[in-house]
Amino acid sequence: MAKAPAVIKKRSKSVGKMPFMGYRRENGRVGIRNHVIILPLDDLSNAAAEAVANNIKGTLALPHAYGRLQFGEDLALHFRTLIGTGCNANVAAVVVIGIEPGWTGRVVEGIAKTGKPVQGFAIEGNGDLKTIESASRVAQQFVMWATEKQREECYIDELWVSTKCGESDTTSGLASCPTVGNLIDKVDPLGATTCFGETSELTGAEKEMVKRALNKNVADKFMATFNAYQDVINRFKTSDLSESQPTKGNIAGGLTTIEEKAFGNFQKIGHKTQYIDVLTPAEAPAKGPGLYFMDTSSAAAECVTLQAAAGFVVHLFPTGQGNVIGNPIEPVIKLTANPKTARLMPEHIDLDVSGILRREMDLDEAGDRLIDVMIRVCNGRYTCAEALGHREFVMTKLYQSA
Amino acid sequence: MATQFIVHDKKDTVGVVVVEDVKPGMTLEGWVMEGDGTIKVKALKAVPLGHKIALGDLKKGDTVLKYGHDIGRMVADAKKGDHVHVHNMKTKRW
Repeated sequence: MAKAPAVIKKRSKSVGKMPFMGYRRENGRVGIRNHVIILPLDDLSNAAAEAVANNIKGTLALPHAYGRLQFGEDLALHFRTLIGTGCNANVAAVVVIGIEPGWTGRVVEGIAKTGKPVQGFAIEGNGDLKTIESASRVAQQFVMWATEKQREECYIDELWVSTKCGESDTTSGLASCPTVGNLIDKVDPLGATTCFGETSELTGAEKEMVKRALNKNVADKFMATFNAYQDVINRFKTSDLSESQPTKGNIAGGLTTIEEKAFGNFQKIGHKTQYIDVLTPAEAPAKGPGLYFMDTSSAAAECVTLQAAAGFVVHLFPTGQGNVIGNPIEPVIKLTANPKTARLMPEHIDLDVSGILRREMDLDEAGDRLIDVMIRVCNGRYTCAEALGHREFVMTKLYQSA
Repeated sequence: MATQFIVHDKKDTVGVVVVEDVKPGMTLEGWVMEGDGTIKVKALKAVPLGHKIALGDLKKGDTVLKYGHDIGRMVADAKKGDHVHVHNMKTKRW
């Protein structure tokens, strides 16, 4: 496959290309996992999807709560999330099951554009049992085909990395978020595609965010997105959001205000890297390699689900008090700088950077360690969340259904 | 001596306790990351790991600085070495 000259130039200039063994898909995109997913269009199809995943070993059902009577931008986001999830390069093949054939077909068509195997099944007129049988037969073929796929050498400029923090505390702003920032500053010049989000969690730091935009257009786009989210909060709030944003866990960890939390969150994009575009929820980046800001909720599973649907294949998740989130298709790597969390919840922590607080480790070393863990996970090593079976797949709902 | 609290920026009016065993009356050693300096503050309260300690006397209405930026306002007075959290500090937003 022909490679764009700009990418080749960037590669030859780079000191470390950070090779890893990934799956190169039909459309050229690189994944680090090889899932065959059973994707329900709607809440009604969860039972059939889970039955298929139970029949055919090595497939993964992604049950969720929505898909009926949604309309307008909320419906568009529903389709964008489902189609994007199927298109993600960590997914080898997809079986879609919906209550009726029309919308099921829309999801199938969207995923088929990647060139990967995808087939849809509708329940009305067939019932669950017939649907489960026909979908299982196809799922079996897909999984046997996919398990023969080989990993091949891929490079950092083909890797899409997302980040979001959760159950943050003051140690997040001091060390674990800056560790992610150090990684971003190192992989950005090498051509990685990266993404951060959490719109409400930049409240108080929005002026600093404006300064980190590539240009005025991108800054204006950020402020429009930020202000629209503030409008939602102002319309529905009944208090200053204390215990929601910051959360109870944030407060237990010493964070007092949203502004304090925001400056900690902001550390995740490092000191040098500028964001080059602002994405709507689940929108795939279209401006080439670089850092993107995505308009998302600050709830962990909602945000990671949207980033995975936009095409990101590996996630960096700093936590303070110990958020345990995972995602079914995008491995979530957790790091903490809180020594108590590292000691009490070690099965959830992929990288302990609490040494920064004891001054046994500096940020540069922590960033290098995170790169090492990330590359190992890209090569196939399970994250803690994968080993523990954390598969939180949570669709973002913008407003009531009709 | 080990670092017991950390201050992000020279301008900051609070620091973050990074050890688990702070007791009232202990004199704590702090690391100011900006400029790699060292300061000392006597703790007035048992400030838990991750919680903030006042680096000087703070009056009700004062803006609290951390990361060199405005992170909220005091809603009660705090003395140097006091615990600063939701009982005496609030957001200016929402």
